[in-house]
Amino acid sequence: MTDERLKQVSTLRRAMIRPELGAICGTILVFVFFFMIAGDSGMFSPEGVQNWGVVSAQFAIIAVGACLLMIAGEFDLSVGSMIGFAGVVIAILSVHLGWPVWLSIIAAFIVCVALGALNGFLVIKTGLPSFIVTLAFLYILRGLTIWLSILTTRQTIIGGVKEAAEGDPLAFLFGGVIFKDLFQWFADLGLLDTFTRGSREGQPVVEGLPMLVVWAVVLVIFGHWLLTKTRFGNWIFASGGDAQAARYVGVPVNRVKILMFMFTAFCATVFATCQVMEFGSAAADRGLLKEFEAIICVVIGGALLTGGYGSVIGAALGALIFGVVQQGLFFAGAESSLFRVFLGGILILAVIMNTYIRRMITGER
Amino acid sequence: MSTPLIEMNNIEKHFGPVIALGGVSFDVMEGECHCLLGDNGAGKSTFIKTMSGVHKPTKGTMKVSGKEITFDSPRDAMENGIATVYQDLAMIPLMSVTRNFWMGREPRKSFGPFKWIDFDQANSVTLNEMARMGINLREPEQAVGTLSGGERQTVAIARAVYFGAKVLILDEPTSALGVRQTSNVLATIDRVRKSGIGVIFITHNVRHAMAVGDRFTVLNRGQTHGTAKRGEIKPEELQDLMAGGQELAELEGSLGGTI
Repeated sequence: MTDERLKQVSTLRRAMIRPELGAICGTILVFVFFFMIAGDSGMFSPEGVQNWGVVSAQFAIIAVGACLLMIAGEFDLSVGSMIGFAGVVIAILSVHLGWPVWLSIIAAFIVCVALGALNGFLVIKTGLPSFIVTLAFLYILRGLTIWLSILTTRQTIIGGVKEAAEGDPLAFLFGGVIFKDLFQWFADLGLLDTFTRGSREGQPVVEGLPMLVVWAVVLVIFGHWLLTKTRFGNWIFASGGDAQAARYVGVPVNRVKILMFMFTAFCATVFATCQVMEFGSAAADRGLLKEFEAIICVVIGGALLTGGYGSVIGAALGALIFGVVQQGLFFAGAESSLFRVFLGGILILAVIMNTYIRRMITGER
Repeated sequence: MSTPLIEMNNIEKHFGPVIALGGVSFDVMEGECHCLLGDNGAGKSTFIKTMSGVHKPTKGTMKVSGKEITFDSPRDAMENGIATVYQDLAMIPLMSVTRNFWMGREPRKSFGPFKWIDFDQANSVTLNEMARMGINLREPEQAVGTLSGGERQTVAIARAVYFGAKVLILDEPTSALGVRQTSNVLATIDRVRKSGIGVIFITHNVRHAMAVGDRFTVLNRGQTHGTAKRGEIKPEELQDLMAGGQELAELEGSLGGTI
């Protein structure tokens, strides 16, 4: 017997109605829009794709952490400051103190993940909103970053990391480029443009696949798998959905939340390390506003601000939208300040659509 | 007479200067539904939280199947077969029925170091267990938020039964429900009782209690006013005991009937 009041759900509807639907539509819209206004500007040439691909990958790396944390019911506003802090730690240790770069990177990861744990611990122990606790860390870490950098090197930009990182195995893992041969082969086949003069004559314009993009893809796949397929993922949803109900059935809510703060810090450090290796320097003002950009990606991706609902794939698409819009307006030759107007508009549209979809799925009123 | 599944003896619970429970005794046998009645603030919640391991009693002893025991956590109580279904904390509406059903005890498959939830098994068990309780789900992935209040309670009950509860504590499962959903939940309680599980049914509605209860205990201001068997007590008397006396009798006269 089935309830006669329940309509059978069509397979199409079931495939359509999912948390990331809003982000999927947004992605399609954004691509169509830029094909129309910037299709001939080189935005979709290999270099163009590399340009917005890398920017999107940067957003995706921090969005994965922010997404899982938000689904677990918490915020981290210290992500941006953490990025600046991690970068300066690496630079001071490797350039100023002369540590090997691999050791400096490991040290930065340990310090930052420990700071993430401290964030989480304070939120759990005090019962204060994570908004407040991590807001404090936004200021504390930024201040410490500037102070440390001036104290050790008397400047806020620390260069020389590129020279120190020469041949370092761990540095390659963050700043390297892979599949160079493959891209050269594409170029030889004429699939990729090559430089026609200068010292890199004959080499493809896109050197290879930056490790930054690899990190983004790996983190997105890992985050999606963790969230949707594993027991721990179920606990992330439960902790954010209703912490008390989760505790009553034996979910270790505190541990889940603290681990998610640590994971967010990990993602911020990945971002910082890739950036330091790419630029060859660290600066105390890196990562400004990144925490909000990460949250915007996550919310465009369909996550609920109060936790318990969301999708890593959605957040990754949110990052793609963000990257494409930011770089696309540049390709289209639009006034760069319009970027924020555009982004705000997309944010509102996406949230309205996501709320509507979520109500269909969850029966929420 | 067999030993009770759970026996609470002279339980006292103090919160600072407040005596929430002042010596409450209570037990439940296999396959019976023992109703715990009481008005708001009578100490029902404190009492069931003591039984389910949330609070530790200040004084008094607890026995499970005749053995004395103390619970350090809700998890402890669950491992001893005591499952509690809280009125509004039973389910997480944003999550699917399957995810709720298995929360905290997800079945897993593994390959090398990778472990993931076995969703095929989880979904089919959820569908079957819900069908046994008389609810046919459209699909196990649907969010609990799409279910009615009675169906949500049933998911929580089915979950407790499936995971081997010997004693099922239901905290006001009918208080927020409509007439039809209430009767569905009461029917579920009856079904659970017949399978040999001891049910503790907390309510302040005498009519719901009379519908399924085998025994009735009234709690008032942290104390019990004795336990009565089915057929030994009239609804009006229970009502009076809950309110602790006369005022209600007068009110009832002017309102005309059982409240």
